[in-house]
Amino acid sequence: MDPNVFARSILVITEKNMRIYYFKGPVVVFGLLFPLIMFLTFFIGRNLDIVLFFPGFLGMMLFFTASSVGPLITPWEKREKTYERLISLPVILESIIIGDLLAGAIFGVAITTIVFVVCAELLHLPLMNAGLLALSFVLGSIAFAALGTLLASPTTDNPSNIMMLSSLVRLPLIFVSGIFIPLGQLSGWEWILTSLSPLTYLVDLFHASLNGDAVYPPWLDILALVIVILVFIGSAKVIQKRNLVKGI
Amino acid sequence: MGLLCNFEFGTPRMDAIEAKNLRKSFGPVTAVDDVSITIPEGSIFGFLGPNGAGKTTTIRMMTGVLIPDAGTVQILGTDVNKDPLTAKLKLGVIPENGTVYSDLTAEQNILITAKFYGMDRASRESRTGEILARLGLMERRNDLVRTFSKGMRQRISVACAIVHSPPVLILDEPTVGLDVYSRRLVIETVRHMNREGSTILLTTHNIDEANALCSTISIINRGKIVATGSPEKLKKTFDTSRYVEVSFDRPVGHGLFSAPGITRAEPWGDKWRVYTDDPDRAVKHLASVAEREHLTIVSIATSNPTLEEAFVKLTAGA
Ligand SMILES: Nc1ncnc2c1ncn2[C@@H]1O[C@H](COP(=O)(O)OP(=O)(O)O)[C@@H](O)[C@H]1O
Ligand SMILES: [Mg+2]
Repeated sequence: MDPNVFARSILVITEKNMRIYYFKGPVVVFGLLFPLIMFLTFFIGRNLDIVLFFPGFLGMMLFFTASSVGPLITPWEKREKTYERLISLPVILESIIIGDLLAGAIFGVAITTIVFVVCAELLHLPLMNAGLLALSFVLGSIAFAALGTLLASPTTDNPSNIMMLSSLVRLPLIFVSGIFIPLGQLSGWEWILTSLSPLTYLVDLFHASLNGDAVYPPWLDILALVIVILVFIGSAKVIQKRNLVKGI
Repeated sequence: MGLLCNFEFGTPRMDAIEAKNLRKSFGPVTAVDDVSITIPEGSIFGFLGPNGAGKTTTIRMMTGVLIPDAGTVQILGTDVNKDPLTAKLKLGVIPENGTVYSDLTAEQNILITAKFYGMDRASRESRTGEILARLGLMERRNDLVRTFSKGMRQRISVACAIVHSPPVLILDEPTVGLDVYSRRLVIETVRHMNREGSTILLTTHNIDEANALCSTISIINRGKIVATGSPEKLKKTFDTSRYVEVSFDRPVGHGLFSAPGITRAEPWGDKWRVYTDDPDRAVKHLASVAEREHLTIVSIATSNPTLEEAFVKLTAGA
C-alpha cells in the first residue's frame, strides 16, 4: 500500500465532508444549539461558580460538536447513494473512517476554541497549562468524533434514525460524567458510574489545564482517552467491514 | 499519472481484468457462482444477462466494493483485495446504484474526484473543462447537481469516472433510464475512451446495445457464465435454427425440399421456410431444383440468427 495515496484519500474525504456536511441541519441543531441550551438550562440563573464549572461546560461543548458530524455522513451517503461511488474511488475503509473522524474532530476543535477564547476574554478564566489544554482539545475531539463515526456504522440509510440513536447514547454519557458535580465530591457507585463516561476524563483534563484542580493525574486521563479512541475506531472498523461483506 | 499512459509498443500485454472463481452468497441466495472472466487490454467487453443474474454483484467484487466469499480479481496485474488503493487508481467506475453529490456543482464533483486520483491543479482544471464540453454540460457546470435530470446526473457520473483517463473503465448498466441524448453521449464517450486506450467492461440487459458496442460478450444467468464469445460467434452457436425463406411463381409440394442438409420445410404464408444448419448449401439446392423444374424464384432470403435468440436460449427458464 502506498502511504501517499492513503494519506491523500483521507484528506480528500475530510475535505468532502467539511464542504458537504458541516452545514446540514442536524449538525447545526445537535452540535451547536443543543449544548448551548444545556448550558443555559444548567448554569444560568443558579448561583454556580462559573470558574469551577467552566471545564465541564467546555467538555460538553467539545463532546457535542465533535460527535455531531460523524453520525450523519455514512447514513446520508447511503441514502443518497453516493457511498457506493465513494468506495469505488481509490480509498479503503480506513480512509473513510479516519476522514469522517477528522471532519468531526476539526468541527469540534474549531467551535470549541471559539467558545473558549470568547469566554476566557469575558470571564477572565485561569489557564494553568496551555500545552495540556491543547492536547486535551486534540484527544477529546478525536475521541468524540470517533464515537460519532462508530454511531454511524450500523447499517441504515436513514440519517434521522442514526441521529436518534446518537442522542440516546450521548445524553446518558453526559449525565453520568463528572461535569455537573465535581469529581472530588463523589463517592461509591456515583464514582463508578462517572468513570464509565469518557467525558469524565476529558473534563478532568480541562480541570488540570485550566484551574489546576483535577482529581486524576493527567497521564491517567490521557491513557483513558487513548483507549477510548482505539476501542471506538476498532469497533467502527469491524462493523463497517461486516457491512462490506454483506453488501449493504 | 505515469502508469496511466505508458502502454509502449513491445511491452508484453497484460490482461486488463482477470477474475478467477468469484463466488458470493447473500444468505440462501447464491448471487455469483464460480465466475471467471479474462478481459484483454483494449477490448470492449459486455456482460449480458437478465435482471438478478448477478452482473452487479460481480462488478462490485471487481471494483473492491464488495468482499467476495471466494475468488480473486486482478486489475492490470494488481489484486483488488490485497492492494485496493493501487488497483482502484487504475479504474474508473460507474456503479449501478451510485451517484454523485447533489450538494456540489457539476464542476465541483469532477474536480474533487480528480483529487482522489492525485491529479495536479492544472490537469484537474483542464481535464474537467474538456470533459464538461464533451458531455454537453458546459452551461450547467456551476449548477448544483440537485437540480439535474437523471440523464445529466449520469453524464456527471461518467465525467467523474473518466477524469483521470483510467486504463480500465467499468460501467454497470450505464444507459438504463436515460433520455435519448444522454444515452448517445454516454455511448459515444465509451467508444471514445476505448479509442484512447481504455479497456471497457460494461453490463447491460439490452441486447442491441451489447451487440453494437462490444467486441466480446459473456452471458450470465443465475450467477453462472453460460457463454462467452464475440457477438457474431455467439449467434453462430445457434445456427441450427437458421432457415431460408423462399417463394416461387407457382405452388410446389414438400418433395422439392428433401435434400441433405435440410432438416425440414414448412409453408409460411405464400412462402416456404426451409430449416437448415447450412444456409449456403440449402440456397444452392433450391436454385438448382428451381432450374430443373423451370420454377421462377420470386423471393429468397436467409435468416440471420440474432443475439437475442442466443440469449433467450441460454437464459431460458430464468
Ligand atoms: N446486498 C445484497 N443482499 C442480498 N441479496 C442481494 C444483494 N445484492 C444482490 N442480491 C441478490 O443477488 C442476486 C443478483 O443480483 P444482482 O447482482 O444485482 O443482479 P443483476 O445486476 O444481474 O441484475 C439477486 O437475486 C439479488 O436479489
Ligand atoms: Mg444490476
